[in-house]
Amino acid sequence: MTLKMMTTTAAFALLGSVAMAEQVRVYNWSDYIDEALLEKFETETGIELIYDVFDSNELLETKMLAGGSGYDVVVPSGTFLQRQITAGAFQKLDMSKLPNHKNMWNVVEERTEQYDPDNAYSINYMWGTTGIGVNVGKVQELLGEDAPINSLELVFNPDNMAKLGDCGVHFLDAPAEMIPAALKYIGEDPNSHDPDVIAKAESVFMAIRPYIQKFHSSEYINALANGDICVAVGWSGDILQARDRAAEAENGVTIAYHAAVEGAQMWFDQMAIPVDAPNPDAAHVFLNFIMDPQNMAAASNYVYYANGNKGSQEFLVEDVIGDPAIYPDDATLANLFTTTPYAPKVQRIVTRLWTKIKSGT
Amino acid sequence: MRRFALIAAPYLWLLALFLVPFAIVLKISLSDYAVSIPPYTPQFDWATGIGAFLEKLDFENFIWLSEDDLYWKAYLSSLKIALISTFMTLLVGYPIAYAMARAPEEWRATLMMLVILPFWTSFLIRVYAWMGILSNEGFLNQFLLWIGVISEPLTILNTNTAVYIGIVYTYLPFMILPIYAALERLDDSLIEAAEDLGCSRLTAFWLVTIPLSKNGIIAGCFLVFIPVIGEFVIPSLLGGSDTLMIGKVLWEEFFSNRDWPVASAVAVVLLLLLIIPIVLFQRNQQKQQEADT
Repeated sequence: MTLKMMTTTAAFALLGSVAMAEQVRVYNWSDYIDEALLEKFETETGIELIYDVFDSNELLETKMLAGGSGYDVVVPSGTFLQRQITAGAFQKLDMSKLPNHKNMWNVVEERTEQYDPDNAYSINYMWGTTGIGVNVGKVQELLGEDAPINSLELVFNPDNMAKLGDCGVHFLDAPAEMIPAALKYIGEDPNSHDPDVIAKAESVFMAIRPYIQKFHSSEYINALANGDICVAVGWSGDILQARDRAAEAENGVTIAYHAAVEGAQMWFDQMAIPVDAPNPDAAHVFLNFIMDPQNMAAASNYVYYANGNKGSQEFLVEDVIGDPAIYPDDATLANLFTTTPYAPKVQRIVTRLWTKIKSGT
Repeated sequence: MRRFALIAAPYLWLLALFLVPFAIVLKISLSDYAVSIPPYTPQFDWATGIGAFLEKLDFENFIWLSEDDLYWKAYLSSLKIALISTFMTLLVGYPIAYAMARAPEEWRATLMMLVILPFWTSFLIRVYAWMGILSNEGFLNQFLLWIGVISEPLTILNTNTAVYIGIVYTYLPFMILPIYAALERLDDSLIEAAEDLGCSRLTAFWLVTIPLSKNGIIAGCFLVFIPVIGEFVIPSLLGGSDTLMIGKVLWEEFFSNRDWPVASAVAVVLLLLLIIPIVLFQRNQQKQQEADT
């Protein structure tokens, strides 16, 4: 009897262990995590982690709206998250499975609520600003000591761009970030949804188009670090990563990042679980792991982005928590703006405008 | 009965793999963009029936295409790139096919093998290899700088020149093989006869060899022209942001704009444009078969 019970238990345990060979599929931005964390997750939880990367919100949204992406955790940014929630792409988080949620930071949660009311569908992974990265030596050589490296003047004023063009300027291939920046430069509301106002961005870009070498959302990290280009409009942490890679390589390249003084866009990358995730339980385990203060701090210390985890702040290195480019002071914070998603018809105008800007037709 | 089954098989194939997908794409092209999964509103509803569907039918996406010159420019530019690169592929491919057909018989199998050999490597990797060759710090520029032909590196990558190089390289076997097949069947005694009758070698080539390999040339040109019009990988990897091709526009509509209805409309128009050369090709093949029998 006992023996029989034991074999049955053993059989169930065996079945259990087969079922335990779980998988969680995470789709995150490229260059966006300390890979040691991925191994730590696997050893701690016994769940096999399949980690894939993308470099554009648009591509992620295509996969989400097509359905059946096969991912358990994805990381869209604010406005994209909001649209995908409306489309019904995500499932509500089960807070009872997320004890580490108590570590989240209310300052960030108040801001992400405008995209995800009550933060019911997502947790903040990282946040940052969209700004300007410069190769300080080369830019000062071309524009003089007082080059406006912390201003939109640097990248939107044709006089400056004409001088920088040969040295190489990259822009993000992200209309939702570049068009607001251009509107800010001409003093319009960066979050305008009025097609007539949005149309004004066209002439701003056309005047500088000949001097933009490439529109790309991830190549600029290496291009800046190697000294292949002089200026990139990009995301804060990416440019700071370029700064550190250049410093490590000791190749004489000094990179600096500035959120434009005129005002810079603040964005939030949110982790969410697709409605058709194959393994939502494992997805919750992953989110809970990420919200562990030490893990979150390890991620931020590696990628140089601020996170939305209050508990992690005591584990952040001084280079991160003490750098106003990452954790802005109150004055800078007040100068940052956020955007809201466009309605479908406006979205079409924006993307059409962007194609026109990129192709020159 | 057996005969019927034999005839039905290819038509079923056509129905399943061409007409049904086309009908789905056509249906999406008539719908509207919406924030949902999938991202369009179904225009056709079984409940309300065909009447309601026809009433709502507005061809809005096709009107959008015709009103915006981007799409026409992209179609025309694809057409131009396809025509020029087909011509260049012919220019490069014909001499190779000719040399192969003229080579001693025992070599031909090996030469044929060499033409097919590149297919053993992934197409994507071969295009990436061209990026390494053509970039500013690439092998080509380094070599040219080293032998002293140029003093400044040439910018080839991210231009239309790189796109042409990529297309000619990739599609060359499709040009060589049909021409080689035509030339190999060529009866040498015809050329001898032409020469005996006073033709120079060049005139004999022009008056005998070229006309007799015409079918191979036509087949090769269509095999290159048709896929190049919709080519996406080569222009997006080797071309610059000003390289305008309809395959790239289609990709942007689908992935960057997430506008399935417009992307489908672009695909439908592209297909309609391609049907003309495909029908011409089919006719030619048919004629050839009739001539053979």
